[in-house]
Amino acid sequence: MVNTFIGDLGHVSVIVAFVAALVSSLSYFFAANRPVLDPEHDAWKKLARIAFSVHTLAVFSIIFALFNIIYEHRYEYHYAWSHSSNHLPVHYMISCFWEGQEGSFLLWIFWHTLLGLVLMKYGKKWESPVMAVFSFVQLFLTSMILGIVIGDLKVGSSPFILMRDFMTEAPVFKMDPNFIPEDGTGLNPLLQNYWMVIHPPVLFLGFAATLVPFAFAIAGLWKKEFSSWTKPALPWALFAAVVLGVGIMMGAYWAYETLNFGGYWNWDPVENAVYIPWLVLVGAIHTLLAFRKSKSALRATFILFIASFLLVLYATFLTRSGILGNASVHSFTDLGLSGQLFTYMAAFFVLAIGLLAYRWKFIPTTEKEIATYSGEFWVFIGAAVLCLGAFQVLFTTSIPVYNSFMGFIGVKTNIALPADQIAHYTKFQLWMGVGIALLSGTGQLLWWRKQGKEESLTSVFIVPVILTLLFTSLILLLSKIGYIEKINTPSYIVLLLASLYAVFSNLAILLGVLRKKVSIAGGAVAHIGVAMMLLGVLFSSGYSKIISQNMSGMVYAREFGDEINRDNVLLWRNTTTDMGPYKVTYTGQYLEVKGVPEYVNKELLFRLADEYKAIARGPIKDGENVLFQPGDTVEVYPENTYYQVEYRNRETDEAFVLYPRAQVNPDMGLLASPDVKMFATKDLYTHVSTIPDPNEAKDWGELKEYKVQIGDTIFINDYVAVLHGIEPAKDTMLLNLGAGDVAVQANMKVLGEKRTYHAHPIYAIRDRMVGQVPEEIEDLGLRILLMNLDPEKGEITIGINASQKDYIILKAMEKPFISILWIGTLVMSLGFVMAIVRHYKDGKRNSASGKPKGTAGKVKPKKGELVA
Amino acid sequence: MKRIHIIGILVIAVAISIMMSTASDASVYVPFSEAKARAQEGDDTKVHVVGRLKKDAQGHIVGMKYDPVLDPNYFSFVLVDTNRVEQTVVYYNPKPQDFDRSEQVVITGSMQKEIFVADKILLKCPSKYTENEVKVEKTASL
Repeated sequence: MVNTFIGDLGHVSVIVAFVAALVSSLSYFFAANRPVLDPEHDAWKKLARIAFSVHTLAVFSIIFALFNIIYEHRYEYHYAWSHSSNHLPVHYMISCFWEGQEGSFLLWIFWHTLLGLVLMKYGKKWESPVMAVFSFVQLFLTSMILGIVIGDLKVGSSPFILMRDFMTEAPVFKMDPNFIPEDGTGLNPLLQNYWMVIHPPVLFLGFAATLVPFAFAIAGLWKKEFSSWTKPALPWALFAAVVLGVGIMMGAYWAYETLNFGGYWNWDPVENAVYIPWLVLVGAIHTLLAFRKSKSALRATFILFIASFLLVLYATFLTRSGILGNASVHSFTDLGLSGQLFTYMAAFFVLAIGLLAYRWKFIPTTEKEIATYSGEFWVFIGAAVLCLGAFQVLFTTSIPVYNSFMGFIGVKTNIALPADQIAHYTKFQLWMGVGIALLSGTGQLLWWRKQGKEESLTSVFIVPVILTLLFTSLILLLSKIGYIEKINTPSYIVLLLASLYAVFSNLAILLGVLRKKVSIAGGAVAHIGVAMMLLGVLFSSGYSKIISQNMSGMVYAREFGDEINRDNVLLWRNTTTDMGPYKVTYTGQYLEVKGVPEYVNKELLFRLADEYKAIARGPIKDGENVLFQPGDTVEVYPENTYYQVEYRNRETDEAFVLYPRAQVNPDMGLLASPDVKMFATKDLYTHVSTIPDPNEAKDWGELKEYKVQIGDTIFINDYVAVLHGIEPAKDTMLLNLGAGDVAVQANMKVLGEKRTYHAHPIYAIRDRMVGQVPEEIEDLGLRILLMNLDPEKGEITIGINASQKDYIILKAMEKPFISILWIGTLVMSLGFVMAIVRHYKDGKRNSASGKPKGTAGKVKPKKGELVA
Repeated sequence: MKRIHIIGILVIAVAISIMMSTASDASVYVPFSEAKARAQEGDDTKVHVVGRLKKDAQGHIVGMKYDPVLDPNYFSFVLVDTNRVEQTVVYYNPKPQDFDRSEQVVITGSMQKEIFVADKILLKCPSKYTENEVKVEKTASL
């Protein structure tokens, strides 16, 4: 039965949310436009609050409706059908929710409503202008999922569209409009990963939080309160930066763990699109702090906060309009929203930049020059370097946009992204890293220099500089004698030096000036984190080493000599191969079984027609504990095949097992995901590059028949097989035997290289028809049939097919010190959180002490502010 | 001149040099004829070529060589570019698994003698992300 109610509920809620956002933004606009910002209630503000609350309720109702459609498997709806399936576990249903564009817009809208509620309650005098901006953004975002067609104009794409309305041409819906598909097409397998449950919400919360400082900046311009907005905006800006930063790094970790491009960062346009606003936002925080200390850089602060939000909009436009085309591995389905997305982006570009230009000359500036030896100066330079870094990524990422734009005005261009993107970006970003590291050290040291006692510059710098030189030499020495990777690229040495300098100068501050005031040490901690991340990137990416060099000596053709990288090795099943410092053996295919902690060998499982079920052919154990008896039916997760690869270090004899996995997806081909072994100083990263095509029928060789008697030995393909006897068949469940039917099986043993295999090919007579169930020993590439029994002669006919043995093609690499990158991320986040707590408390204290126009820290309000 | 102006000029100078350097790093989409012309002039910068796989009358791909047992790092195929020029391409990596299904192929690399050596292959598969067919056969049990 087609359930139209839930979709109608959802759709009506979208319309309500849209209208409420319109009412809310208009009434907040009128409330904010009153001459004095007035924390008291007035009629407009009351109406606006009611409207925003209605909007929030409507958004919750949309989410309920969409989740219900997914959770209840209502495949009459296109969203459920195209993003979910019956076998999907609940936590991945949450991922389905935001797999589609509509759902991800909804997630973004949802975070905005929550942040909006907080601002409504605690915004005080800022509530009206800030919420006017918020509601206006919500108006645009809800329009994206509106799904209304006016004439030829399609406004938004509704997630509540029914299959029959989506595929009006499909014959099945013409025959029966009430047809409901039985199962969905499922979630993109790459997204079936726990990081994909958590990463998008964090990232979208970061996106949403970027709106808050932007809204405060706009409110400040609008109400001509050019400096007081910075106080409530600062903790929010820090919050946005940490959430966005963590979101980016979660995406990086997901890529490292799930994709097989061999790293955590690929300079993919979608990654860049989020990295750019983050850099600018961090720059904005720095100019804001410089402003609060010295009253300079206010204009820059406005520009950067506004730019960071506009860049979020640009990122949205890039990734969702289909403009990137071939340039990206990530992609949303193009929903034909590009015009609408462009309008959204253009509206905010024009309004925000227009307002800034209109108010530009009123923004107070300081005549006083900042001294070169003051911290603020270097903080400002740091922000400039961050912005240049962002600009560089932006300029390259936008290359597909230039082509589209030129095509739009009728000029055909053929510019493509740089052929070696990694080299291209590294060339610039490495120096940005060096700049950031040097400036963060210098800026911090000068910032915390004791002004009163006129601490001399030498005494501030001497300790960190000496420690830096000492440790850099030590590390270079270690690399020279071969304890760690050989570091001899000059630019890498510079980055090493700069990062260590950042670590030691910030440590010096942490242990010196701030030892007794840990609460204000957030900056120092965050900078140490960033420096650690730089070190982690330097080692793990700069010195990533492929160890799976093909040493077989067999090459297809030598057209271009031997310099070409041969980065993949072929591993025959159960044959040991040398690779780097290891002896490596591929030992078989495994599956994940419900209720079993370890992967289970496919040979232990008899697969049924229902691919999610199998029968245990032997005891399935967890250590000594038998979990399933032979013959038990178990539930399997058929999507992933895990390839067991044993590593043994030739020198230390230390052994471990990795399970790189691969999915063979009918739509997307082989999706290989790595498995990573973590050591203290490095990660060993391994993935499967190719497997024999499982969709192609196996090429079995000619059937060879052997006439044998019980106890005889036969030789097949170098293996010895013994027929021990004939017994009643055991696994006959699938044969559907009736009364009078017979089934027997041979009891055979085959001696393989490593172990002995039992084979039980079945011979059955059902309804007077003869049938055979062959036994396949994948390890040996053999298929054994029980062809015939001749009781009179005591002669048994065994048929054997042989095929190519199973193999995998493997790529493995070492990534030194990658853990420093992850630890650095955590340290940086901790620093941000400390700074949020500190500035939030600061803000509260100042407003409690009865300064309504709270100004930053110890600085007195300047005259310029009163111009307003 | 104030210090801030000097900084401004420096920032603009760096920005311009970034743009110029990017312009020289940027690659181009070209047909094979131009890739060959570039190679003959001694220009070995990498280019992008868009094309389709060569197929016979029955729609089978022709000219594809991959034998992992012999050499897992050698894959060669014939690509037909938008001007219908055929070219043998060699890719020193395993064959991408969804290669056979791809509708459009974008390769990055350069001509070396008579062969185009690709170091990157981007595939555009018809079925990727666009599901517009309902499987009806399953409904028999309904």
